[in-house]
Amino acid sequence: MPHLTTLFPSGWMHFLVGGLLIGVAVAFLFVTTGRVGGMSTVFSSSWSWLMRTPYFLQQRYTASRTWRLLYAAGLVMGAAVWWILVDGGTPQSTHVPAWKLLVGGLLVGYGARLGNGCTSGHGICGLGSLQWPSLLAVLTFMASAFLCANLVTRWLP
Amino acid sequence: MSARPHLWPQALATLFSGALFGFGLALSTMIQPEVVLQFLRFENFGLMLVMGGAVLVTMVAYKGLPRLTVSPLLGGDFQQHASAWNRDTAIGAALFGLGWGLCGVCPGPAIAALGVGNWDLLWALAGIALGALAQGLSAR
Repeated sequence: MPHLTTLFPSGWMHFLVGGLLIGVAVAFLFVTTGRVGGMSTVFSSSWSWLMRTPYFLQQRYTASRTWRLLYAAGLVMGAAVWWILVDGGTPQSTHVPAWKLLVGGLLVGYGARLGNGCTSGHGICGLGSLQWPSLLAVLTFMASAFLCANLVTRWLP
Repeated sequence: MSARPHLWPQALATLFSGALFGFGLALSTMIQPEVVLQFLRFENFGLMLVMGGAVLVTMVAYKGLPRLTVSPLLGGDFQQHASAWNRDTAIGAALFGLGWGLCGVCPGPAIAALGVGNWDLLWALAGIALGALAQGLSAR
């Protein structure tokens, strides 16, 4: 199959296995605790430790902020296990310039929280529970991401 | 019906689940912005396999499990992702996509990158945290 190498120039197995593991992780969290493991909410719920405004003191943030922070700590630990055991522990870096990371991050944080979900919240948990609003959200952010990534490549490489 | 939650086992299960998620993100190279941006430029379709694999397993658990048991193994209740299609979701998703297309980093990988010593991504992590703060402060 010649097409496989053009669609997946860096191979396909690690993508599939990684994706299945992420699915097992989200499923395990649900089976054991009933919790829905989206990742962007931790960025709002953690501010509730510091910000005393009504928005951040909503029950959905204060009641979940401890486990969400723990979940995020697990994320770092799991990536570290892969890094040390599989990758050999050489620090990774990126060629994406700092301003793109910062400006992109601001939009990602603001947008994910306004839209109540990101690639894991809408993409994995929302689609996994067959919710059509999440499908629309995924199609929307995929469309704007395709557009932005291709325009940026052309004009701001 | 809800069973009394077992707090420490729940905490351990949450930590373990996060770790498995982080391992999966790292193994699938989704914590490398370059690979995500390749997907968004139609040069590498790996992200589809990651997303597809994750959604498939999640769907089996979300749809199948509540039929087998009334409450999670460690107590509490089965929750659901709060999904609604409205102005905020539409604008939020569109802005999220613009940012994701610019930097190739979304919330999970921004956090997981700390575990692989990719300090460059601290820029993205700080941006996401500040963006979430701005959203909360401007929310009605």
